[in-house]
Amino acid sequence: MSQNYPYFVARDRAWQPAQYTPGYKTSVSRSPRQALVSIQNASPSERSGPVFHNLDMGQHDNDLLMNFRTEGSQAGLPIGERIVVHGRVIDQFGKPVPHTLVEMWQANAGGRYRHKKDSYLAPLDPNFGGVGRCMTDAEGRYRFRTVRPGPYPWPNGINTWRPAHIHVSVMGPSISTRLITQMYFEGDPLVPLCPIVQVLKDPEAVETMIARLDMAMSKPMDYLAYRFDVVVRGALQTYFEE
Amino acid sequence: MYSQYKLQDETGLLRETASQTAGPFVHIGLALEIAGFESRSDEIWQDLAKENAEGEHIELVGSVYDGNGDLVHDALIEIWQADSHGNYVADFDNKKPFSGFGRSACAMDGDFYFKTIKPGQVDFDGKSMAPHINIAIFARGINLHLQTRAYFDDEEAANENCPILNRVPSPVRRKTLIAVKESNNEKPRYRFDIRLQGDDETVFFDF
Ligand SMILES: [Fe+3]
Repeated sequence: MSQNYPYFVARDRAWQPAQYTPGYKTSVSRSPRQALVSIQNASPSERSGPVFHNLDMGQHDNDLLMNFRTEGSQAGLPIGERIVVHGRVIDQFGKPVPHTLVEMWQANAGGRYRHKKDSYLAPLDPNFGGVGRCMTDAEGRYRFRTVRPGPYPWPNGINTWRPAHIHVSVMGPSISTRLITQMYFEGDPLVPLCPIVQVLKDPEAVETMIARLDMAMSKPMDYLAYRFDVVVRGALQTYFEE
Repeated sequence: MYSQYKLQDETGLLRETASQTAGPFVHIGLALEIAGFESRSDEIWQDLAKENAEGEHIELVGSVYDGNGDLVHDALIEIWQADSHGNYVADFDNKKPFSGFGRSACAMDGDFYFKTIKPGQVDFDGKSMAPHINIAIFARGINLHLQTRAYFDDEEAANENCPILNRVPSPVRRKTLIAVKESNNEKPRYRFDIRLQGDDETVFFDF
């Protein structure tokens, strides 16, 4: 069977975080010490990847205001600032990445995750789950409606806090473009203080994770919008192989 | 208007968005069952092969260990593999007998688990790669996911000639990429333990 897979621009590992980053303490025992083995001229295994256009999406999968509403006495909407997070997935050449899976998860407005291992004293919100997913459209656009997550403390240094953030996962056209990041909010003073943000050496790399307030896409009397574009590795070329 | 993707390197290429750890609560987003959520209409999970899938049905299990030898309980594992004929089939579809992509997470006992079929050999550069499963590891403390491959210990001849396996300079370290057949009750079960650091550190790839 002839297969037609692109090659991808090499991942710049000086731009991306190192694995061993002692300021983020958990990385110390979870970072490899041996050099990575380079697969130059990658094989079809690295250049191919799954597509999810047959994944059956629910009506509210990208609407976190609606996808965990309870029935009965506590029925209602989640507590917190209503926001829309939207943007595009593009590659390093600026080409849109259409019909690719974007997934996200986050804490509620109080900074608490709906996860049995999260014991932070902020309460759960009966109407908020904190998970969303959607497919990008033909122009690579995606959109989520949610509440702005709260910052939360975590055990790293003494008194370390995570800035408000949304975890964002993108597949892209290949397992070579797979990427998980965190989206932060413009102007948050906790961002530069965070040891997880500080794993990045270049301040411009941090900028790639900052969502910008987007008044033009905000809806009066309803929600504020934030724009967050995700850049995945560029597809270099396609050619046929036997 | 501001756009983050004005950021370019010296060749004019846009910069890849920076990676961050998936964190301890990754299950909420990518492994809903482990976080205690009800399944949505359709999920990406650990059963890649239905009964009627073509090929040899197998299980792939393993644990992830940190540099202290402790289990990494919050790791999320993704696999991507060829079908039994050695073809990568991009369409993920839970209604079809086989999909090449799956996710699992380390449960309380530390093991991740996949139900799948043994992949066929994939052609590459006029050669044939030994049957293998591509693996990505995400966890708290891992800033950029790690990438490795699981080969099979009962494919000795194919392994010896695999062009990618032979790119690992150390023959001793190559062994960290070989899943070991554990039992043969109903279907063969292969164990692929992943060591993030230390004496038997698993080989991780850059591609
Ligand atoms: Fe988080």
